[in-house]
Amino acid sequence: MDLEYSESEKKFRAQAREWLVANVPHGLKSGDTAEGFAQHVEWEKRLYDARWAVVSWPERYGGRAASLWEWLIFEEEYYRAGAPPRVTQNGIFLLAPTVFDYGTPEQQDAVLPRMAAADDLWCQGWSEPGAGSDLAATSSRAKPDPTGGWRLTGQKTWTTRGAFCTHMFGLFRTDPESERHHGLTYFMIPLDAPDVTVRGFDRLDGDEGFAEVFLEDVHVPDEAVLGGVGEGWRVAMSTTGSERGLTLRSPGRFVSAAENLISLAQSRPDAATPILRDKIASAWIDAEAYRLFTLSQVTSIVAGGSPGAQSSLNKVFWSELDIRLQGTALDLLGQEAELDGAWTRSFMFALAGPIYAGTNEIQRNIIAERLLGLPRK
Amino acid sequence: MYFALNDDQTALRDGVRDLLNGECTPEVVRAAWTDPAAGASSLWAQLSEMGLPGAAVPEAQGGLGLGACDIVPLLEEAGRVAAPIPLVETAFVAAPLFAAAGLETELELLLEGKLLVACALDGSSLVPYGQFADRTLISSDAGAGRSIRMLDAAAAAAAGSAVDSIDATRAVLSLTGDRPEGIRLDLSPAQATAAWQRGALGSAAQLVGLARTLLTQTTAYVKDRRQFGVPVGSFQAIKHHLADALIAIEFAAPAVMRAAWSLDQGSSSRDRDVAMAKALASDAAERVAAIAVQCHGAIAYTTEYDLHLYAKRVWAGSRGWGSAEWQRRRVAVALGL
Repeated sequence: MDLEYSESEKKFRAQAREWLVANVPHGLKSGDTAEGFAQHVEWEKRLYDARWAVVSWPERYGGRAASLWEWLIFEEEYYRAGAPPRVTQNGIFLLAPTVFDYGTPEQQDAVLPRMAAADDLWCQGWSEPGAGSDLAATSSRAKPDPTGGWRLTGQKTWTTRGAFCTHMFGLFRTDPESERHHGLTYFMIPLDAPDVTVRGFDRLDGDEGFAEVFLEDVHVPDEAVLGGVGEGWRVAMSTTGSERGLTLRSPGRFVSAAENLISLAQSRPDAATPILRDKIASAWIDAEAYRLFTLSQVTSIVAGGSPGAQSSLNKVFWSELDIRLQGTALDLLGQEAELDGAWTRSFMFALAGPIYAGTNEIQRNIIAERLLGLPRK
Repeated sequence: MYFALNDDQTALRDGVRDLLNGECTPEVVRAAWTDPAAGASSLWAQLSEMGLPGAAVPEAQGGLGLGACDIVPLLEEAGRVAAPIPLVETAFVAAPLFAAAGLETELELLLEGKLLVACALDGSSLVPYGQFADRTLISSDAGAGRSIRMLDAAAAAAAGSAVDSIDATRAVLSLTGDRPEGIRLDLSPAQATAAWQRGALGSAAQLVGLARTLLTQTTAYVKDRRQFGVPVGSFQAIKHHLADALIAIEFAAPAVMRAAWSLDQGSSSRDRDVAMAKALASDAAERVAAIAVQCHGAIAYTTEYDLHLYAKRVWAGSRGWGSAEWQRRRVAVALGL
């Protein structure tokens, strides 16, 4: 056991903190609105210019080759500084790890620098009207074009910030005879291609960035395929592991939220009844427990282990702690919780946590089957 | 940053695990229900051969000089087999206290494996293991550690009466009426507080171990038990219960190890860290015990099946050394709430 960061890691933290404190913008509109999205992209470009956008990436792609520990530190500082949510997240944390693992050098050079610079903005095309938790029921299809490349047809939905993004990654069935997770292929698609239609619609909190994406015989080149043809399920699963685990929701986010909850309670001493104080302490303890769990998980990853199905433990825990935490804030606000404010919006967003990235019901199945070895049937 | 046991710690833990797997079977725990004193002293003799009595005693005073990070994994192992013995109280609380307070006679006996110690430092009048302990440590106020006093077996027996715990191995003594003076230990406030923290942390470690066993037993049971022609463990309702049990354990265990680290480092947050660890461990153990009973169905509701040996240890012990609510209040105060 050694729970101290090294001198160079402490220096990294100090550098990150100094830059963030001096540069973090406040009062941006929601990144899930058109106006707010543009403000967030501008912030992402500043992050990139200062080489803070993709700290864990190699330097040639705009990163700092930061270790996993340093990445955790950066995340802690990012949320501590009250910096805006990352609208580039689905590209940087979900697609990029897959591109690093499965992309050709040409694909890496084409995709990663523009993603880091927030020139290309990526959304995720997993869900379909008939394929939610049951991702293997994907019915969108791709067929080879006789003149080269592929023709994509289908509908993707619940696409976060799909109305504003420039590119989408997703699964398409390339073998029409195949079923379930066989015969799928992972594609990267520019949303400005002809015959792509994006229809934005409002999320629960009223922001309009949610979208469904219609593809009608859309042509993409062979370079749009990430990993092998027919290998889509395996390639995609490496992304969902990232999505559920620590890269999607690092502990820093919840530790900061718990600290904000404590500040809220301190500003409303009359509202902080003993029962609410217990819930606040619980929220802080859970956020801290998630941080400690992550430290042991990262220790194991650094030693060569893979989180695998463990990422389902992360996902259930952070998503449900978030709801408890935000709900406690609303209890502190009392009747004011009805008003359209930051805490109430955070509460509504927290309700999405147990749904996106694989519902918590699916995660609990994975935990029981892969970590405890219970029979699938 | 390295959040894991080192090779020495792993080897030590594995050694204790092997010993306990052999010497503290469910049959041994069950036998201790009939004769708790005999059960404890026979197991203590085995553990003494490994040097456990002196684990937390400085080498200069004849101990192994181990830290909390070395010892906590061993206590989790003791919890895993529901060792019917005041191990936390004797090895993790009393031994370093005797060393600090200069109680040479007691320390010598303890190091030889000839002394078992009971504790009631949380202000309660109930003393687990008090019916057969050779010494009993009492305090009037939980966690503050202003004053710790020691009773010998005769004084404790005179001041108390045996009461029935739901877990007979705990041989609870109830201190009725006026507390005997006993011997006041010559301790600094920091030493007394550290004793309380070690007790709460050791208890948390044992609860994590108990929870792990309850989950292991339940997992094995639901794979085996068939209804509607299939193992009941194939039903989502059961899977989700057990997933919740695993989550509760996996997010409590790191907090327990972090608290051990904080004690070893003398970190300024150690009181809060121990409180958090105990709160999570108590809640996890209670939750897992309830899930274990439910997922076993009717067979859980009998003493003929072994599950109750572990579940009752949780129910009897989870509120000692500060309940989850009590500990969360301590965390809240530390956070400025």
